[in-house]
Amino acid sequence: MAGTGKAHLRDSPDVLLRVEDLVMEFPVGRTGLVVHAVSGISFDVLRGETLGVVGESGCGKSTTGKALMMLPRPTSGSVMFEGTELTALPPDQMRAARTRMQMIFQDPISSLNPRRKVRDIVREPLAIWKRGGKEEQLAKVDALLEEVGIDPQRAAESQAHQFSGGQCQRISIARSLVLDPTLIICDEPVSALDVSVQAQVLNLLEDLKAKFGLTLVFIAHDLAVVKNISDRIQVMYLGKICEVASSDDLYASPAHHYTKVLLDSIPVPDPEIAVHQVAIEGEPPSPVLPPPGCRFNPRCPAADDRCRSEEPQLREIATSHFVACHHPLVGGDAPVAVRA
Amino acid sequence: MSPQTQAASRQVDGPLLQVTDLRTAFRTDRGLVKAVDGVSFSLTRGRSLGVVGESGSGKTVLSRSIMGLLPKRNTERSGSVLFEGQEIIDLSLSERRKIWGREMSMIFQDPMTSLNPVMRVGKQLGEGLKIHLGMSNDDARATALKLLQDVRIPEPEKRLDQYAFELSGGMRQRVMIALAMSCGPTLLFADEPTTALDVTVQAQILEVINEQRRDRNMSVILVTHDLGVVAGHTDEIAVMYGGKLVEKAPTRVLFANMKMPYTEALLNSIPKIEDPSHTRLNVIPGRPPDLVNPPKGCRFAPRCSFAQSRCIEEEPPLMTAEHPEHMYACWYPVGSPVHRERSAQLAEQKVGAR
Repeated sequence: MAGTGKAHLRDSPDVLLRVEDLVMEFPVGRTGLVVHAVSGISFDVLRGETLGVVGESGCGKSTTGKALMMLPRPTSGSVMFEGTELTALPPDQMRAARTRMQMIFQDPISSLNPRRKVRDIVREPLAIWKRGGKEEQLAKVDALLEEVGIDPQRAAESQAHQFSGGQCQRISIARSLVLDPTLIICDEPVSALDVSVQAQVLNLLEDLKAKFGLTLVFIAHDLAVVKNISDRIQVMYLGKICEVASSDDLYASPAHHYTKVLLDSIPVPDPEIAVHQVAIEGEPPSPVLPPPGCRFNPRCPAADDRCRSEEPQLREIATSHFVACHHPLVGGDAPVAVRA
Repeated sequence: MSPQTQAASRQVDGPLLQVTDLRTAFRTDRGLVKAVDGVSFSLTRGRSLGVVGESGSGKTVLSRSIMGLLPKRNTERSGSVLFEGQEIIDLSLSERRKIWGREMSMIFQDPMTSLNPVMRVGKQLGEGLKIHLGMSNDDARATALKLLQDVRIPEPEKRLDQYAFELSGGMRQRVMIALAMSCGPTLLFADEPTTALDVTVQAQILEVINEQRRDRNMSVILVTHDLGVVAGHTDEIAVMYGGKLVEKAPTRVLFANMKMPYTEALLNSIPKIEDPSHTRLNVIPGRPPDLVNPPKGCRFAPRCSFAQSRCIEEEPPLMTAEHPEHMYACWYPVGSPVHRERSAQLAEQKVGAR
């Protein structure tokens, strides 16, 4: 991987969000070192599309999600949302832009104020932006709470801790929808939930997306979950993009060795298959000193000298299927030499 | 005796752990919360048992009741827990301390909050060795290093002098495993050990636990909400719902022939990678029962697509299936005529809805 390149960007009037050369770096104390959280990635999301962003901890997927909201502003790069360049917006205009793009976080309980009634939490954005009178606001809040399956009466009387994790995530979703946004950034929205509740929340997101015409950026580490909800998936590793493809293509013919690893790591609920499945050893190296060349090369079974020196660029190997790898599993021009 | 050989050298006949009619309830303002309500099972030495269920099914309280980690205040406990033939349910704290670490230990879900943030990893690992096994400082450090090597942590010497915050989530969980392993326990509880970890690291951690189990002839109780996790890493599976054991079988038998509609529903709610994207997921409607006032009949009946009037009225006992080790608590199990008839109806409705 994991490379740079813009071959996968689409030239369409339906592009809602277009990110180019996004870089996010953070200083490490006073050491002079820098964490390269996101290192020059580009991607776009069409109106009504769900983009899945998948990768391990430290791959920069959450940082990317936050960078879209300018939380904080990226080190460099461009984020165009509904035709507006967000990185250059003054703070008050950025606040206004954030009403059009909302975020749902991983831990549903800690992302709700523990001391306030749930119905007030959901109403707060409307109160801040003074959208309509109080009655009007409450009517909208109650309608949305119904929509996500929370009893408005109970929401008016209860605080977040009186609800289960799945219910709190539904409340967070209602809050994110109250200002009629076009884009919802979901940062690991189901990883803290039980599988049975996870399925409920994923179905709910699909329903709401259809009903309100939403566009989603869905960030998660579980490829099975991401595949279920996404139209297009972008696989990230150590601050770079490895592979971009439609959900079904990515599963049917993964081209990047890292994508293959992620697919092979999904626990199979079948004891006949699942006996031995450590797909990869070790963990990603530190983003403070990322390896040269392809950033996946130290863990890649197909890495050679070229991978250690030259960074691969994203290129199209099949229709709408892009990979940043010198020796992809499919669509490569050179035979793949896999180390035993 | 070194901690590695300690577990293997004990020879006791019969099951390692025999739990009979274990009940744990908490006194709250709302009434008595019956978190574990009459659970019985046994576990043979060297075997691994997966305990599966949703949040609030009682799986965590079950493991903590066996280990004796729950506060005495406002907790009501009854039943019997035989460990190596000895009754341990009403041991005092000082007697428990002799068992913790040496006989049974636990790995928790969140390795960050379970490790001491201001103590170096090596010192934390050595603490138990010095207290429980009476080792000297030098021996404890050498053993700590050996333990870190056993759990295959990269650069183990360096880790001894690091703090938990300097390690990645996967490495912290390896330290937790080393810590739990340090005094050579015969029974290891792993409570959602991989839920906070990446999928790639999850497989590695489960493999390390399995490896340690084989090497030390240790028994493992793996508590999780994910049937996918237990499928490849356990010998037996116990499914819990509403504080009760509702199905228990050897892993392969369970997956080949599930009896409880709940077990099946739990399995079906996992997104399958081979399904096309945007496949509608199967959900279990509703929520787990209120354990203060659980439903009278089968506790899963209010959420079960196959429930009949008998399910609501009468609680099913644990029954034995075709396989003698396969138990389930359901009046109309998967494959029974009533279940088959209802499945056909549901399938028709689904087609009709389209």
